Amino acid sequence: MTRSNAPNPSLAKSSLTPSRRQLLVAAGAGVAVSALGAPFVARGAGAKLRIGMPTILSGRVAILGTSSRDAATLAVNQFNASGGFGGREVELVVRDSKGQPDEAARVTRDLVNTEGCEIIIDAEASSGSFAVNEVVGDLGVLCLHTCSETSALTADPKLRKPTAFRSARQGIHDAVAGGKYAAELAKANGLMKWMTCSPDYAYGRDNTAQFVEYLTIFAPDVEVVNEAWPKLFEPDYTAYVTRVLQVQPDAIYSALWGGDLVSFLEQANLYQIFAGGLQWFSGGLADPPIVNALKQLPEGLHSVFRYDPDYPDSAANKAFYKDFDAISETEPTNWSWQTYTAVQFINQALAATAGNTDGMALAQEVAGATVDSPFTESGTITMRAEDHTIIDYPVAWGRSRPEPKGFQDWERGDWEQILTMEKEWKQRQGYL
Amino acid sequence: MDLDALFGCLSVPACAVTQVSTGLIIGMLLFLVASGLSLIFGVLGVINFAHGAFYMLGAYFALAAYQLTGNFLAALGAGALGMALFGAIFERLFVSRIYGRDVLMQLLLCYAFVLILDDMVKIIWGAEYRMMGMPQSFAVPPLFIAGGPVPPYYLFMIGISVVVGGLLWLGIARTRFGKLVRAAAHNPQMVGALGVNTSLLYASVFGVGSLLAGLAGALAAPVRSLTPGMGLSILIESFIVTVIGGMGSIVGAFVASLLIGLTRSFGSLGFPLFVDGAMFVMMALVLILRPSGLFGRQV
Repeated sequence: MTRSNAPNPSLAKSSLTPSRRQLLVAAGAGVAVSALGAPFVARGAGAKLRIGMPTILSGRVAILGTSSRDAATLAVNQFNASGGFGGREVELVVRDSKGQPDEAARVTRDLVNTEGCEIIIDAEASSGSFAVNEVVGDLGVLCLHTCSETSALTADPKLRKPTAFRSARQGIHDAVAGGKYAAELAKANGLMKWMTCSPDYAYGRDNTAQFVEYLTIFAPDVEVVNEAWPKLFEPDYTAYVTRVLQVQPDAIYSALWGGDLVSFLEQANLYQIFAGGLQWFSGGLADPPIVNALKQLPEGLHSVFRYDPDYPDSAANKAFYKDFDAISETEPTNWSWQTYTAVQFINQALAATAGNTDGMALAQEVAGATVDSPFTESGTITMRAEDHTIIDYPVAWGRSRPEPKGFQDWERGDWEQILTMEKEWKQRQGYL
Repeated sequence: MDLDALFGCLSVPACAVTQVSTGLIIGMLLFLVASGLSLIFGVLGVINFAHGAFYMLGAYFALAAYQLTGNFLAALGAGALGMALFGAIFERLFVSRIYGRDVLMQLLLCYAFVLILDDMVKIIWGAEYRMMGMPQSFAVPPLFIAGGPVPPYYLFMIGISVVVGGLLWLGIARTRFGKLVRAAAHNPQMVGALGVNTSLLYASVFGVGSLLAGLAGALAAPVRSLTPGMGLSILIESFIVTVIGGMGSIVGAFVASLLIGLTRSFGSLGFPLFVDGAMFVMMALVLILRPSGLFGRQV
């Protein structure tokens, strides 16, 4: 048996078969295109403008992603229905990061480099947002963070990126407003003995520390006598509930949120811990899906504003609620209005740049921009140019009512005071 | 560390009653899950890593039945019996193919089903958390025992768990089925040679183990939020229980569950930042001093 080096006749070289040199050139070009990214291919005139959205669509905090996605979808649909810009429509590309920061970074890079997205809406929780922030800093695309409340993301100049903005509430703003609200109630009602019960991870600890800091600034006589730190996603809170019974505080502050908060309150209701006048202050209770998930909402619990179809009591807010309800299986959340607002900023910037999606060109238009907003009593929200974060958004605190389940008696935060104290805080942190 | 609070509580009956009842509540649910896990391992030699997912499915089955009928007993039945049936079928179709295989194969199979069942729940019930809510008959003020409040639902939960645990022990120690189960755990070839249908026996054991996980899920449904993946944390604690109590020992699972429950309850007062650590220290001590567990068979 002889072995021939001759090629199979059917595969013999012909004028249609590329030479080895051609193959190498083609492969090299392919690699180069991949490295440079597909968006350049997708940027044909009239092609859809793709906005990428890494978010969490699975796991216990999936509602963060689903309610953000639906709000973005609503805003994009409205934009397209109004004609887009120059006939060019916007398309939303949503990807699940599963709540893992490294996955959020990878997905973001893929959205831009492979899927042709020219703008990023980062609807990740804080840990993911920091990862996405680094990626968009490298890629130079416009990015709006819509869920992270961790102040450092935009307040720290070392972390801030020229094309990244935050369209979300911020811990320091809530801490000042919440601290003042709680302090006034503490002084009026003699709530001197406080306890905290927050999830044991970075957000829970930071959020609680900031609230307590400003509570004690506004009411120096208040004393925090006990701290409980249940694990994130703790299934059973009975041991923490009974600890409240033993400590017998006048008031509790909690940064619990989502299903954890629902579980805690349902288990607390079994012991009727609120029947004796215990005051509850929460950073996350007034989200409609949480209110609705609770089978029994005790009266008089305090929460910062998350979203309320009746506050502000305006036609624009009610229209948003109705439109959102038409496309979503969940009710709007805090993340919904923040993401909707982000798309408003993007649309306004695109109109100003006549469709130019260059990151820096869009960033110049977003910085300092003001959009009409259904979510504020003033009717507008502003993106502060100096540190790329929104201000004048709703930081009201309200009280729960059992029937119909919801919140009422919203008291607006004093933005002038918030901004003054925020500046002092930034100086203490070395950010200014 | 606040040992004053801990000893202060122990000296006040109201506080002691509340904390002991808290320990029982945590411990009894854990016992149901861990005893199922232990039973399956003791007889079949399979470490069912999907047991937490069975607990989750039991809770969702109960939720579905409750929403359909508004009857809590129907919900309990759906969670427990639904999972018994599911477990028996699961054993016949999948687990039976890996008997005697490497433990990695068990891990692979079970972990695959954890992912599949989580996604299945997501598709059917959605990714968001769900609440069943307290059945009307239990939505009443807590009872006061020696001045300490104890919710009636928790008394019901503890009662059911103790009764089921007792029945399980009686069933294994005093019935013909129990004898066969113990014999199969000791020498399955001999049991088969004596004409016992071991396939049916194995499916039954897996079904009973799954029933216990499903019942725990159904009992937890009124007070815990239901989410895909909710079984993971209870699975980890169940493994701690089985290590402390002894793999395959129902009595061991009971004692270890109580230990964990009471550690959680009193630890949250006396050493709140070291509660999880204390559980693992207990487990490590048992592994060092008595590797087969407190009630496990000495090898």
